[in-house]
Amino acid sequence: MKKDGTLHKYQRLKTNLKNRKPFLRFLGLFLFLAVGLFPLSLVEANDLDSALRGLGNKSRAKLKVAVKRLGDIGNPAALPALVALKNKRLQVSEDGALIIIDESGDHGHDALSGKQVDIKSLDLSKPRINNSVRRVLSVAIGKIQLTSDDPEVRLGAARELLKRPSSDLVVLVEKSLNEESDDKVREIFFLVLAKEGLNSDDKEKRLQSLEVIAKYGNNDFKTDLEALVDKNEKGEYLENDPEIRKTASKAISSLERRQFFINQAANFFYGLSLGSILLLAALGLAITFGLMGVINMAHGEMLMIGAYSTFVVQNIFKEYLPEFFDWYLIPAIPIAFTVSAVIGIILERTIIRHLYGRPLETLLATWGISLVLIQSIRLIFGAQNVEVANPYYLSGGVEVMNGVVFPYSRIVIIIFVVFVVAAVWALLQKTSLGLQVRAVTQNREMASCMGISTHKVDMYTFGLGSGVAGLGGLALSQIGNVGPELGQLYIVDSFMVVVLGGVGKIVGTVAGALGLGFINKFLEPVAGAVLGKIMVLVIVIVLIQKRPQGLFALKGRMADN
Amino acid sequence: MIKKIATLHSFKGWILTFILLGIALVLLPLLNLLVPEESVLHVPDYIFSLLGKYLCYALVALAVDLIWGYTGILSLGHGVFFSMGGYAMGMYLMRSIGKEGVYKSDLPDFMVFLDWKELPWYWYGFDYFAFTLLVILILPGLFAFTFGYFAFRSRIKGVYFAIITQAMTYALMLLFFRNNTGFGGNNGLTDFKRILGYSLHEPSTKVGLYIITIIVLFLSYLLSRYVVRSKLGRILTAIRDAESRVMFSGYNTLHYKLFVWTLSAFLCGIAGALYVPQVGIINPSEMQPSNSIEMAIWVAVGGRGTLSGALIGAGLVNGAKSWFTVAAPDYWLYFLGTLFIVLTLFFPKGLVGFFSRFSSKDKMREPS
Amino acid sequence: MDSPGAHIKDDSIDATHGCILYIEGLTVSFDGFKALNNLNLYIDDGELRCIIGPNGAGKTTMMDVITGKTRPDHGTVFFGQSHDLTKMTEYEISHMGIGRKFQKPTVFLNHTVFENLELALHAKKGVWQSLTRSLVGEQRDTIEEGLETIGLKEQKNLRSALLSHGQKQWLEIGMLLVQNPRLLLIDEPVAGMTHQETERTAELLKSLAGKHSVVVVEHEMDFIRSIANRVTVLHEGHVLADGKMEEVQNDPKVIEVYLGS
Repeated sequence: MKKDGTLHKYQRLKTNLKNRKPFLRFLGLFLFLAVGLFPLSLVEANDLDSALRGLGNKSRAKLKVAVKRLGDIGNPAALPALVALKNKRLQVSEDGALIIIDESGDHGHDALSGKQVDIKSLDLSKPRINNSVRRVLSVAIGKIQLTSDDPEVRLGAARELLKRPSSDLVVLVEKSLNEESDDKVREIFFLVLAKEGLNSDDKEKRLQSLEVIAKYGNNDFKTDLEALVDKNEKGEYLENDPEIRKTASKAISSLERRQFFINQAANFFYGLSLGSILLLAALGLAITFGLMGVINMAHGEMLMIGAYSTFVVQNIFKEYLPEFFDWYLIPAIPIAFTVSAVIGIILERTIIRHLYGRPLETLLATWGISLVLIQSIRLIFGAQNVEVANPYYLSGGVEVMNGVVFPYSRIVIIIFVVFVVAAVWALLQKTSLGLQVRAVTQNREMASCMGISTHKVDMYTFGLGSGVAGLGGLALSQIGNVGPELGQLYIVDSFMVVVLGGVGKIVGTVAGALGLGFINKFLEPVAGAVLGKIMVLVIVIVLIQKRPQGLFALKGRMADN
Repeated sequence: MIKKIATLHSFKGWILTFILLGIALVLLPLLNLLVPEESVLHVPDYIFSLLGKYLCYALVALAVDLIWGYTGILSLGHGVFFSMGGYAMGMYLMRSIGKEGVYKSDLPDFMVFLDWKELPWYWYGFDYFAFTLLVILILPGLFAFTFGYFAFRSRIKGVYFAIITQAMTYALMLLFFRNNTGFGGNNGLTDFKRILGYSLHEPSTKVGLYIITIIVLFLSYLLSRYVVRSKLGRILTAIRDAESRVMFSGYNTLHYKLFVWTLSAFLCGIAGALYVPQVGIINPSEMQPSNSIEMAIWVAVGGRGTLSGALIGAGLVNGAKSWFTVAAPDYWLYFLGTLFIVLTLFFPKGLVGFFSRFSSKDKMREPS
Repeated sequence: MDSPGAHIKDDSIDATHGCILYIEGLTVSFDGFKALNNLNLYIDDGELRCIIGPNGAGKTTMMDVITGKTRPDHGTVFFGQSHDLTKMTEYEISHMGIGRKFQKPTVFLNHTVFENLELALHAKKGVWQSLTRSLVGEQRDTIEEGLETIGLKEQKNLRSALLSHGQKQWLEIGMLLVQNPRLLLIDEPVAGMTHQETERTAELLKSLAGKHSVVVVEHEMDFIRSIANRVTVLHEGHVLADGKMEEVQNDPKVIEVYLGS
């Protein structure tokens, strides 16, 4: 519904723009005359400075002149001030200096000299801007950006233009199309022109535009295209030309096809991402469950502890090693692992080992542990979520297709998970500790008879499981909120993974986690998040009918008991 | 029949039961009505709603004890059955508000707020108490039966069953949190005015509900006692201790588990229905996984596999909760968490087990 | 829910061909490991058969299949002429008249000895009957008789957790007896028993043969020698040798399996 609303608004805006064209032209003429009256003898730098200074003008007309002038000069140096003006962060001091306030609102610097200023000591006033100023501003900003040397900036401006068309800039796009070397930018430029071309009087141009849209366009064009094939209340086509209608409906179906693939790709990626996170959360659980037959309800809290460890490491870096801040995640990996592992081992030694052979009681006792841990974290760090920042290399994302962004953080987590799973697998399959763990998992008594110290194996395994959960917490801190209830959010899903995947085999956990991730993400768009979750539960129950011990459980006499 | 019931307790046991009933049913209401307010002995009105709430929890504990204490099946889904009974009653209470809501509409306020024009079909019938009663008595049991059939048939047991029921609870909680589901979303159902024409704000209604709760609890207790003292009860504990032996002895354990599971859900649903008019609200947070786990700890505190233990445990833990939330809210979770740990480590048989260690008579039958 | 009670007196076990149990082509594999490999075995009606074999020979797995605990990959297990046990559940098989004693004594530890026998007793075993009926005189007599046979009359009101290991073994056998099965499967009945208890067990098992068919799995050779008529040796999931005790003992294949590896 929301989407339709914005589209509707956007349509209205478009018609408004069309109607205003004569007015804009008139305005342009006026501006041209006004600019022409400026002394032309100034050198360009002075020109920029003076134009910038004009932004502090009280009169809106003069303000507009200054903005327009800055757009014409096209110097990127003017960009910060223009953007600040648009976002209402540009203020004017009593002596006419322009101050750009940063986003937090605490600091400011001079727009011309770039010097930091103490904004509290100054008496600042905001230039008053209205919609007409804002429009001029957008054009000026767009102009500077479209002619920028940085293709990313041009791309961003072109995209913005696609969303909010402006005839002035379209002209500019048409001009610079031939000089444009970047393919991506060219693609967007084409779309900008095609969008404009749809409203042309020239049939040939409209058909060409449709073809361009069919080739490169995304779902945002659907409304424009649908308008071409719709009928009015009397059942007459809004568009008279049958050829245009036919091409438009072809374009729609090609858009839809592409969008379908994009959606599936996005679902796949997010399913993979969710699955990998669930895998990290559930892997440790599956290991300890397989080994000891106990469900550790405090396992979610191991995730939380890992996330809070990351938070603490981050703060230490912020405080003492700010120059290496972006690398805090590297030492956080062993630290998160160790902290969770040590806490896990302490719990195993003091509480859980006394409950072997009583799985349901272990479940309750570990639930008690989780309550104590949650409340402790609340008392230490507060009940609110804490902020864990992404280092620069994890912020942003790669755009794989038009409009689908895969965040770097998620991609890195997937890779991270692969490494962790490989490491755990190698540990269990290739080391003597792993051999002992597997022996105890299969037959505790027998292993004990063969001289394996089951106590030690239990302890290390619990440490390993908890440590892996700590790594999960670290990963979660990069894509979600970190709060005392973090563990509770993932625990039910982790259990589902274990139930689905069975115990005793890593491949089961991997399959369970990825399976749940994919099912969740592919169901969500169809059924909604909640119904999706319920359907997942139903699917798990149905699957478990066939394989009560999990899909990949070890079969055998031992597995029954 | 009466003879059979009479054998449920020893003579001493019956005396004790009737003393307790007498205090709860006669003495407390009398102290409320007859003793002047300034007296120390006066029982204030609010006590009845509070006690009523505890009694509902006691009924829940009874239900949980049947399935967990006796049969060894840990359910983390009893919050759902409780909520089902509660929501059914809540829907009736919502409908009895009539047009006295904030929006003066025939529809419940939250529906007006959501701009709904008609009552959803699943609200039909809740204008009638008899229908509501039927739903309360049937729905939780029916739901449990269906769920249990599939779970027990595929031999899901132990921690697997606990997890599956927890997931069910979680999923239903999410469902009820949605506004579109039609049960008031986050806020649930509240602002009730009257039940069967009696104002819920009147002290006499509160005492009445309290008395009904006691009677229901007493009857449920007798029923449970009858069940666990019958051969069926012995089969249930046998299933807990050695299920395969029970199967090889020729019992279809699926039927036994289903019976006690359904009975447990049935009692739990009634508890929910009695709870809502006394507490005045039902919302999805009753289905939080933590709530269902807390129910297990009530039973564990008193002593699993003893009905009196379940009743005592529910009273003690909830009494402690009421005290903590007023006196030291930050430490309630510490207390509860430690309780879970200490009980399972040191007192797996709960209070009743702890004390019966000193009386040799019970030695033969103490549960493990 | 009382359907299980319906076919309690199942006399339809057709053993007219002299055979009560037909195991044919039975294969069970656990993750590639073949616990049973094309096993063929026939038990005569009223026979007492001993089954021996080294660890992992598939003895317990075979019992699991017969009692419905494990489903085979291939093969059939017929009880009499017409009942395929591989398609039935544990409790149905028990109703057909097959009783089983586990390797590890499995009794209801929190019940008294008397109650243990009461639960095992041959009776209607539906939910409703369990809820409403109490023991009748005849049933009490059966239980008392059983108590007599297993020598636990003194301990009848004792919680069975308090019994000695040997007594638990006896109690479990007693539970089978009051079930009154056609076929008894007995897994290591004398493990943990004193010499005297072992002897009494041997007596008991021998007295059962004839009325019931009995299959005993055991390691204790002296014990087997004292009861066995016919011995079957299992190895790697199939029958290695079959015959009288002396024959089997002198079979070179058997000697190799027991001594060679």
